[in-house]
Amino acid sequence: MTASTRREVILRVRRFDPELDAEPHWEDHPVQAAPGMTVLDALWQVKERAPTLAWRSSCRMGICGSCGMLIDGRPRLACNTQLSELGTGLVTVAPLPNFDTIKDLVPDLGPMFATHREMRPYLIREDSGEQENPTREYRQTPQELERYLQFSYCIKCGCCIAACPTVATDGVYAGPMPLAQAHRYDNDSRDDGFASRRDTLSSECGPWRCHFAGECSQVCPKGVDPAKAIQLMKRDLVLDLLRLRRHHDPAPVAAAPHAKRRPEIPEAPPRTAG
Amino acid sequence: MRERSLWTLSIASTGVIVVLLGVHMTLMHLMGGEPLEWGSVVQRMRSVLFATTYVLLLGAALYHGLYGFRNILLELNPGATLRRATNAVLLAGGLGLFVFGTWAAVASLGTGATFGG
Repeated sequence: MTASTRREVILRVRRFDPELDAEPHWEDHPVQAAPGMTVLDALWQVKERAPTLAWRSSCRMGICGSCGMLIDGRPRLACNTQLSELGTGLVTVAPLPNFDTIKDLVPDLGPMFATHREMRPYLIREDSGEQENPTREYRQTPQELERYLQFSYCIKCGCCIAACPTVATDGVYAGPMPLAQAHRYDNDSRDDGFASRRDTLSSECGPWRCHFAGECSQVCPKGVDPAKAIQLMKRDLVLDLLRLRRHHDPAPVAAAPHAKRRPEIPEAPPRTAG
Repeated sequence: MRERSLWTLSIASTGVIVVLLGVHMTLMHLMGGEPLEWGSVVQRMRSVLFATTYVLLLGAALYHGLYGFRNILLELNPGATLRRATNAVLLAGGLGLFVFGTWAAVASLGTGATFGG
């Protein structure tokens, strides 16, 4: 890398150690920004000089959802945000708002995951035996998959919750991610858990407080549209109240394949799990 | 469960308001001449249709408005007691206004008959 392709960027990082600091404070750290360099790379550079700086990161490719932080005033993934796309010589980095801060750039995501669990975000069926020890997959058409596919791209990074103005003011509201995930499973043709999620979603923590600001969908690094999920969820719950929601039996287990193995193809190895 | 019912009622009241406001505007401005003339007012007051739509519109608008106001108040994160008090005050206030408006509409029917001869 030649010197001409590098430029100096000031990374203004919000620091807060609850054991040492009474208030958060800002620290400026110059970093040498190379083309393609992400905010996460820059943080690693800063850590060489400020080894106590704390943040979460893992995959470095926008999959694990660990490195959500407030970059230049907008919730983003640090590994997915290049310094060049920010276009300024000063980049501010702070922990995600609407969460308590554990240290520096590490938000406390515990309450978010607790709410997520309350929504029962998994397939709920009566044939629990088949679920625990599946014989074959459940049958699902591409059209049925389309109904929830985009919502399944959520990586639980917390960016949507950090951007939500309702979460910022209403401590009871569940927030975009848990609600979108409840909608994702309610609309999965393999699921039969709508009734068991209904009471939670119909209560005060449900979608009723959403103002449809749409910030959650704007900031989602995976292109998920939680605002849409919340509006669709309202529609489903209201139709259910009016007894107008169509009930579908959950997708059945796929039939055993009719094709026979050709003799020249060896048998599958024995199962190693389950 | 209650939030879902309240929200559904709020959406339903929107539809009722749109329809009844149309009826109200039609009765006021497209039928019976100048809406604020004495004769027009008396004629409307004697109309059971006008009084009925008036009362229904009052109920729907009161519910819709107070439900929205309640949402604003509840977003201030009141405690459980204050939350219950907010609900009770809004419910009592809404019912009071509705009863008063209904009484006014019903009383006007008789008054209109008296004045109109």
